[in-house]
Amino acid sequence: MSFLPFAVAAWLFAVGLYGIVTSRHLIHLVVCLSVVQSSTYVLLLAIGYRTGASAPIFVEIPPGAPAVDPVVQALTLTDVVVAATVSALLLAMAVQVHKKAGTFDPDELDTLQG
Amino acid sequence: MSLRGRRNLFALGVLGFSVLFLWGLNGLPAFGHYEGVYGITLNRVAVTQRHATNLVAAVTFDYRGFDTLGEEFILFAAVVGVAILLRAQRDEAATPDEEDEETKDESRDAPHTSDAVRVLGLALIGPTVLFGLYIVAHGHLTPGGGFQGGVVLATAALLVYLTGEYVALRRVSPESVTELAESVGAGGYAAIGFIGLLTGQAFLTNVLPLGMTGQLNSSGTILLINLAVGVGVAGGFSLILAEFLEQTLLVREREHG
Amino acid sequence: MSVLLPLSVVVPLVAATLLMAASRAWNRRGYDVFAIAAAGSVLVICIVLLFNSTREPMVYWFGDWSPKDGVALGVSFVAEPIALTLATLAAFLVTASLVYSWHFFDTVGNLFHVLMLVFLGAMIGFCLTGDLFTLFVFFELMSVTAFSLAGYKIEEEGSLQGSLNFAVTNSIGAFLILSGIALLYGRTGALNLAQIGESLAGGPADGLVITAFVFLIAGYFVKAAVVPFHFWLPDTYASAPTPVCVLFAGILSELGLYAIARVYWTMFDGVFGAGLVNLRAVMVGTGAVTAIVGAVMCWPQRHIKRLLAFSTVSHVGMFLVGVGLFSPVALAGTVVYLVTDGLVKGSLFFCAGILLHRLSSVDELGCDGLGRDIPYTGILFLLGGLGLAGLPPFGTFVGKAIIEEEAAHLGYSWVTYLVVAASVLTAAPVLRAGARVFWGYGPGDAYGHHSEAEGDEGEPETSEARDITPPLMWVTAAALLGVSLVAGMIPDLSIRLEPAADFFLDRGAYADLVLRGVTPHEVPLPPGAPLLKGAVIGLITALAAVFAAAMGLWHAKLPASMKGIIAKGLGPPFGRLRALHSGHVGDYVAWLTVGVAVLGGLLAATIG
Repeated sequence: MSFLPFAVAAWLFAVGLYGIVTSRHLIHLVVCLSVVQSSTYVLLLAIGYRTGASAPIFVEIPPGAPAVDPVVQALTLTDVVVAATVSALLLAMAVQVHKKAGTFDPDELDTLQG
Repeated sequence: MSLRGRRNLFALGVLGFSVLFLWGLNGLPAFGHYEGVYGITLNRVAVTQRHATNLVAAVTFDYRGFDTLGEEFILFAAVVGVAILLRAQRDEAATPDEEDEETKDESRDAPHTSDAVRVLGLALIGPTVLFGLYIVAHGHLTPGGGFQGGVVLATAALLVYLTGEYVALRRVSPESVTELAESVGAGGYAAIGFIGLLTGQAFLTNVLPLGMTGQLNSSGTILLINLAVGVGVAGGFSLILAEFLEQTLLVREREHG
Repeated sequence: MSVLLPLSVVVPLVAATLLMAASRAWNRRGYDVFAIAAAGSVLVICIVLLFNSTREPMVYWFGDWSPKDGVALGVSFVAEPIALTLATLAAFLVTASLVYSWHFFDTVGNLFHVLMLVFLGAMIGFCLTGDLFTLFVFFELMSVTAFSLAGYKIEEEGSLQGSLNFAVTNSIGAFLILSGIALLYGRTGALNLAQIGESLAGGPADGLVITAFVFLIAGYFVKAAVVPFHFWLPDTYASAPTPVCVLFAGILSELGLYAIARVYWTMFDGVFGAGLVNLRAVMVGTGAVTAIVGAVMCWPQRHIKRLLAFSTVSHVGMFLVGVGLFSPVALAGTVVYLVTDGLVKGSLFFCAGILLHRLSSVDELGCDGLGRDIPYTGILFLLGGLGLAGLPPFGTFVGKAIIEEEAAHLGYSWVTYLVVAASVLTAAPVLRAGARVFWGYGPGDAYGHHSEAEGDEGEPETSEARDITPPLMWVTAAALLGVSLVAGMIPDLSIRLEPAADFFLDRGAYADLVLRGVTPHEVPLPPGAPLLKGAVIGLITALAAVFAAAMGLWHAKLPASMKGIIAKGLGPPFGRLRALHSGHVGDYVAWLTVGVAVLGGLLAATIG
């Protein structure tokens, strides 16, 4: 059981990639990219977890008391911001692609061959 | 490549990828038994050193504050990028003039707001702003901070749109103000870093009084940076929301040239 | 002096926010002057830091959190000559691009300038940081800015698709890097490069270390555009605005390779030490494949910016060979090659931008002879082509010669042939296109029956009169070429870089500096190697490129039997290779996945 959280991270990464590769709609593709990104959240937070420890908020517990790793949480925060911004940019691109090409289907976007 | 070909190629790739990933994950310490020296050291020393009880905030805004400066600028760059990507094209015009039947496109209008949504939304705007400010200001004490609180504040802008109209949103948060907030947030973060430089210490060093641990007025620069980030994030997200709403509601292809 | 280190990143970032805040107060010329002044001052800062660092490398801790007992609590910058050489190149190219943009699209006010400044800050932070996660943050900052800049021309379908492909593939690369960072953090409990290196050195090279390494280099391979992670690059470069292309081709791809060298030598050198020979084979092999694929794809392009994009892929392959040889001499040579080649490529892109301004097109066949009125641009363009080939005294020949020599020392004597072949195949189409566009050589309808990728669809990037070339446009093109030429004439350029490369590769000395504040002792300059052989090879390469370009122009006059052999022998594989560059983001991601799997398999088999 102790391997399960890590396996979830691998699964999310792989399944998100599958979604991107087979996507027929750019919005769907952007969401699949977010799925890949969630893999990194799960991985980071799972690594820093310590059984029986509290959150790294030392309001009701003394400094030095067992707490989970605060660094991975800070890294995840950065990761979340990156996810939001990249999604916003990709969605903006998708909107404009749709205006120009009249489709969201990657299969029908073919101006860049060769 | 055909969908079939692509899928086969990917199947080969992802098989190897998954084996590799699982092999790597297998080398990690067992789940729940992590003993990393970085986190444990910080858990021991940070409250004393920085008088912040939320260690995630201490890491984000002080020990690794330079990363977060970069992160704030990621948001800044993305907002500028969205503004560039969603600017009006040459054959488009933003037409806030809803009376103009020529360019009116019913399907893209905001759905008519019911009274229930209106009342509930209006009632929520105040508490949402207050909650956002609370989250921003207490980031060094309890979970939260500038990023989280800033997003809550931007939600208030979304509530304005839901209850009133897009035009009302523009009135309460005109582009010039959100743009300024965005720049002040990101620039303010850097400016706080300069306080250290001016006193002859390293960039982003805290030289302010640390205050009493657990009090609102404590932790020196962490509190200040949280406020700057809160302003920047609120401005940035409002701007992104407004850009997308404008695309949906206002931008029309210009007819007859 | 140390105060300049944070300023090198903070100055452009703060300048960007000021520019944004002043958006309504200033006019276009105000933005231009302010942005150029900001980028120029960063350039000065970088040069000062560079000269200082050649005397003594320096480490800087943000927030004064210097390490306690070998545990880094904060984030560090490490100023050493190789990182600062790249930072200086970045600052120079951004300044030149901003000067060049003086006459550029004025539709979006200041936003373009704002992004360029953020991009500059991101690149410098990426070069200087000594922290694995900060490397990721600034990688993402570069990416987010680059995505927006690549999609700048929203009127063009190709530009939007190119930036979309760019954003999706590079984001997946970033997630790979982050997963690799997570694995390393799980093993070592550290994010500082030096500290991770010390922690890993005592342990085994097991699955976790290999996977983390593969994820990191695969992520950086995406940015550097190494085959098979390269597909996004031509799509993006073909349609991005010219000044942006200059930065992408001149420095952005190269930074991906810099990161590989950095993470290897600070973190993995100790733990992989025994497997270095195998690792070298994998890297040099990957680089060789990239150099060949890029060069082969370069030849059939008629869209000049797409042509230059594929030449970038090919050159990245050669840089990877240099980095992948894992020796200080080769690294010094690669830095020389990379800088001088980046300048030449930048100049070529500027010339392409002038074509776009004057002729509203960069299609080699469509512009046949139309460039006769701008022969000076043509001369710059042809000189650039010869510079790519490595004609002495362009600095490119120095770098190539050192890489070739060192490769032969390490048992890779075929690298010389590879470099010559790739140089000929990438320089020849440039010369061919230049001769056709600016002088009308060769029959216009000779070939081009295949469907062509689009990039720029003739959308003007400029708003001014099209019958003259604004002086700032060709001055910047000439300046870049000139600097590359001068660099080749500085005697012992690479020898001066060698002590820096020695330090770059010395994990112990790096860790001593970062974690314990011990300054490395000075290394004497090695004796200079004569570059005569390299100069001769460069000359031969340039001549061969001219000959190949002539073949391309007049290949209709070849005997029928030879044409038949070319058509039958080369046609089908060429066609298949071209078909792989489908413009479909799903294909690209499938290849990316395969690339990770293959790299992982190779390294697992040879190191694990």
